[in-house]
Amino acid sequence: MHDLMPITALGGTEARIDAFDHVTITENDGLALASVAARMGHEKACHTVLEKLLGAVPGPGKAILHDPEAGFWMGPDQWMIGAPRDSHELLADQLSDQFGETASVTEQSGAWVCFDVTGPAMLDLCERLCAVPIRRMVAGDAQRTMIHQLGCFVIRRQDADHIRILGPRASAGSLHHALITTAHSVA
Amino acid sequence: MIIDHPLLGPRDSAEFTYMGDARLIDRPDPDAETAAQDFYEYGYLRGNPAGWHDELWFHEAGDRSWLVVTRNTLTHEISKVQLARDVARSRGRSK
Repeated sequence: MHDLMPITALGGTEARIDAFDHVTITENDGLALASVAARMGHEKACHTVLEKLLGAVPGPGKAILHDPEAGFWMGPDQWMIGAPRDSHELLADQLSDQFGETASVTEQSGAWVCFDVTGPAMLDLCERLCAVPIRRMVAGDAQRTMIHQLGCFVIRRQDADHIRILGPRASAGSLHHALITTAHSVA
Repeated sequence: MIIDHPLLGPRDSAEFTYMGDARLIDRPDPDAETAAQDFYEYGYLRGNPAGWHDELWFHEAGDRSWLVVTRNTLTHEISKVQLARDVARSRGRSK
């Protein structure tokens, strides 16, 4: 019998928290993710399932911050669905059953690292970090952009000082480095 | 240069990668009698117009969609931006 220990994206046994004076960067280890891509000719049926799941279909550049499942638009006919890992560890399987033939569902939990950036200096940090127009974005806006040469999603959450950043898990250390460096420059 | 993305609005061209002449959408029929010549032309021969040109641009730092951008190669003016899949479908592709 193997004695395996789960680790977070940054390699710790617990999610890492970096607190600065005006901004806090928290590794979010509690997220289950799955992507949904509508199959050709089934777009309408796929939208119906998305509406039932999230309350609405996320349009271009938008997220639906719904509980427990939330989702954001990734590209034409593509969405990412997220939910708490504790309750939705098998999210992709559950979604696959719900979407059936209308969409292709892919497990994404192991592909992404998630950081929550909060605090009054979040706007300053974000505009130094990447090219999204953070001060024009409102709660529920989600954009893909480059951070430190990595394709990342930036999602503006309900709280005015909170953004969530999803980046490639294999480069979690590099993304964390970029965040910490930027946090130092606005501290 | 600003590219007015049909879904996401105006974006800096630095977010995009130029992927060549939009005629790449019109892949020749591999079963045609002239397929060898057609594919030679498709693979190697390009017009080099001084003026309006349909181009493929890939939104690498954005939603990763492919666009057909109609751009004036003399002035860099952009007159039209469409999703490449809409262009392809309007020409009967992706069926």
